[in-house]
Amino acid sequence: MDARKESEPTPMKSRTTVERKSEREIVVTRTINGPARIVFEAWTKPELFKRWWVPKSMGVSLLSCEMDVRVGGTYRLVFGHGASESMAFYGTYIEVTPHSRLVWTNEEGGDGGAVTTVTFEEQGGKTLVVLRDLYPSKEALDAAIGSTDGMPETFEQLDELVVTLCASVGGS
Amino acid sequence: MVQYTKARLDASFAALSDPTRRGVLEQLGRADASITALAEKFHMTLTGMKKHVGVLEQAGLVSTEKVGRVRTCKLGPRRLEDETAWIESYRKLWDARFDELDEVVEELKRKEKVDGRKKRE
Repeated sequence: MDARKESEPTPMKSRTTVERKSEREIVVTRTINGPARIVFEAWTKPELFKRWWVPKSMGVSLLSCEMDVRVGGTYRLVFGHGASESMAFYGTYIEVTPHSRLVWTNEEGGDGGAVTTVTFEEQGGKTLVVLRDLYPSKEALDAAIGSTDGMPETFEQLDELVVTLCASVGGS
Repeated sequence: MVQYTKARLDASFAALSDPTRRGVLEQLGRADASITALAEKFHMTLTGMKKHVGVLEQAGLVSTEKVGRVRTCKLGPRRLEDETAWIESYRKLWDARFDELDEVVEELKRKEKVDGRKKRE
């Protein structure tokens, strides 16, 4: 009975929601059309992860992607255009529970970085993904959102990059 | 920082990857300009220039303001002071990301079915 079509409900156009749940927390949810085991695999194998983490619409490349997905293991993602324009993001996995839960730190931002928790909950062949970014303080989240004067260092670096690029364009 | 910074940096890198967009930034560094003026300057259609400005605007590198029929562009980040706007841009990133994840998962599911069939044969 290989040809048997699994009776799937009409694939609804899945929706992604984002909500500030508290002063320190941002929560993202989405239902993915597949079992948790596969979603977890796509989230933890670098060769799969790099295919979706940087959406095509962004037009930027992931120059490198190293992920050692186990408790205490680290990850390092480098984004950019060519070797001269790149930016690294990194952190440590602090919880790895196959098919149901991943927790990692975001260390590129120093003390203001959030801890990200992702849970995978399978329901009828689909998986509800809930991603929580918990910041150390309200101020840290406000800063990440950009609603305070505090400008994270990475933004400063970005601004420097823009200035440099503009200058080099101007000079050419 | 986390994902939003990643998103913002991604958007900025993408915005800066195009020579026309870098040219527009350089031009706006000298003086504010309307989209029409920019389109003429860079020998492109209004629609084409609107797209470029849209990318720059999304990255927060340029802000625009419509007065009457003219949309004026100027250099400078548009601070996403409005939390709602921030949340919407973050949602868009994740929506695009999850769309791609859905595709990867779909492919793995198909592969698993084929492999399962092979094993049974």
